[in-house]
Amino acid sequence: MSLPDSSPVLPEPHHIAPETLLYLDGVSVSFDGFQALNSLSLIIDRGEMRAIIGPNGAGKTTMMDVVTGRTRPDQGEVLFADRIDLTALNETEIANLGIGRKFQKPTVFENLTVFENLSLALKADRRILTVLFSGISAEQTERIEQALETIRLTAQRDRAAGSLSHGQKQWLEIGMLLVQEPDLMLLDEPVAGMTDAETEQTVELLHEISSTHSLVVVEHDMNFVRDLDCRITVLDEGQVIAEGPMDAIQSDPRVIEVYLGR
Amino acid sequence: MGPLSSRLFALESRRGWTVFMGLAAVLMVVVPVLNLAVPEDSWLHVPTFWVTTLGKFLCFAMLALALDLIWGYAGILSLGHGAFFGLGGYAMGMYLMRQIGERSVYGHPELPDFMVFLNWKELPWYWYGFDNFAFAVLMAMLVPGALAFVFGWLAFRSRITGVYFSIISQAMVFAMMLAFFRNEMGFGGNNGLTDFKDLLGFDLSASTTKVGLYVISALMLGLVYLLCRYVVTSKLGRVLIAVRDAESRVRFLGYSVTRAKLFVFTLSAMLAGIAGALYVPQVGIINPGEFTPAKSIEVAIWVAVGGRGTLFGAAAGAVAVNGAKSLLTGIAPEIWLFFLGALFILVTLLMPRGLVGVVRQWRERRAISKASHSDSHVSA
Repeated sequence: MSLPDSSPVLPEPHHIAPETLLYLDGVSVSFDGFQALNSLSLIIDRGEMRAIIGPNGAGKTTMMDVVTGRTRPDQGEVLFADRIDLTALNETEIANLGIGRKFQKPTVFENLTVFENLSLALKADRRILTVLFSGISAEQTERIEQALETIRLTAQRDRAAGSLSHGQKQWLEIGMLLVQEPDLMLLDEPVAGMTDAETEQTVELLHEISSTHSLVVVEHDMNFVRDLDCRITVLDEGQVIAEGPMDAIQSDPRVIEVYLGR
Repeated sequence: MGPLSSRLFALESRRGWTVFMGLAAVLMVVVPVLNLAVPEDSWLHVPTFWVTTLGKFLCFAMLALALDLIWGYAGILSLGHGAFFGLGGYAMGMYLMRQIGERSVYGHPELPDFMVFLNWKELPWYWYGFDNFAFAVLMAMLVPGALAFVFGWLAFRSRITGVYFSIISQAMVFAMMLAFFRNEMGFGGNNGLTDFKDLLGFDLSASTTKVGLYVISALMLGLVYLLCRYVVTSKLGRVLIAVRDAESRVRFLGYSVTRAKLFVFTLSAMLAGIAGALYVPQVGIINPGEFTPAKSIEVAIWVAVGGRGTLFGAAAGAVAVNGAKSLLTGIAPEIWLFFLGALFILVTLLMPRGLVGVVRQWRERRAISKASHSDSHVSA
């Protein structure tokens, strides 16, 4: 895959700060007349952890679909890193650019072991013939073992991923993101269906990860978002209605209306 | 050479290699010896007809391996694999036709009988080169491979999966059948290609040639098995399983699902072509009947009966179902299709993992009962 050469880079110097990693401007998506995103604009900086909240149907998952190439926007700009236009690329190309995603419903490969799941996600040459002939190096094994420790699944290393508990599957997916070594991680509801203890451990895990990665976490569990202790963007009806730290968000009248007014 | 040979040994467990070598010895040494070296009146003698029948089954086993590679591992159910098998068969048939030469009924040195009959004056361009054995063998792989590549590229690029893919693969093999039935196509129409005389100078009616073809089929089946085994135990094999189980997730990991599927589909078609090329000299004919949609569906039944997703099961299923077919069509030909239909329904309902699944379950159960037996022994 000759990605970097063929990636469309916008010729015009946009007014994008050098620390910007992800830049969405005026992005609109509609499905059969339903306006999922309505001129959404959002900027994520390098090294930042950002939480995105909003009621059901606010457009959180659609936003992730647009960034990862699953959905093409009707309008608007989606730029990544050095002004690479993501709207012209497909899922595979975007993943290879360095954007990793964890889905709302944990999707691990159930018939493969935990170790095999991680080895597939591991950052390496993805070309088919290389994949056919390559083995796994000691260094790669080491990296997978490290990730296993980080996600607390060392004991489950050789178990089929399908036999893990729901929370463990969520962690495995986070681990798969880790070894993929993306520049930007998108996590869709990482604590959905987790017990309180698991949620707590996940907060810890995300703090650990955020020290070395840029993260976007979509969530509607307010307590979890508070514990993340980061900048928050609130979406409603496909638009950003508020942005800032938790305290400011909580006292914002529009946010209160959206969350309590209906 | 070091890493490759160690990789080769790692393809199978110790027990797997024992079974593999044992089967290879029986198929490639014992059967031919019982045919050639044991006198015909001995009860141990294996008739040549049986050897050739078994050779046919081994070709079917190769075809089953090809289908299992894409269906069992990558989740692509092709119901048109007969197309690739048939094309490989036609490539070999064309070579065998050209070998007949002046020994044909009309005695034309270059044109096969059916072309003389159609009043054709010269050989069509696509028959050029088929008087050369190596060229024909190459084409037996490249033509099915090229068709699979184009067909697969169109289908996988448009993300056609599941039952939709199965249906268009049926349409493909049906279209092939209609095309090859036409006399103007230049492949002998509904009669196909037949009346073959010799292959590389060996008389096809001689029993030594027949046994030779059988041994080559067994050898190729072993090689094809090891090749498939290499693919499914490689990292690409795990990517394929991942595609089978959660295709879109694989894309977000950065693998090109289209390319992975295209690779394995093309490889599978080439293997099916080899199987067809080995099949034709043993049965002595190739005609558009090989492209009947029902024949392609039957291949999926062999794989399902043997155990989808286990290479050994696919090969064993092909031999078992075809063995049953030979027996039943001998005793009561009119019930064979009912039997096949019932077999498919029963296997799907009662043993979703096929014969291999049943054997595994039985072994596991025995292991458990053994373990609990020794437990109670210790506690007593």
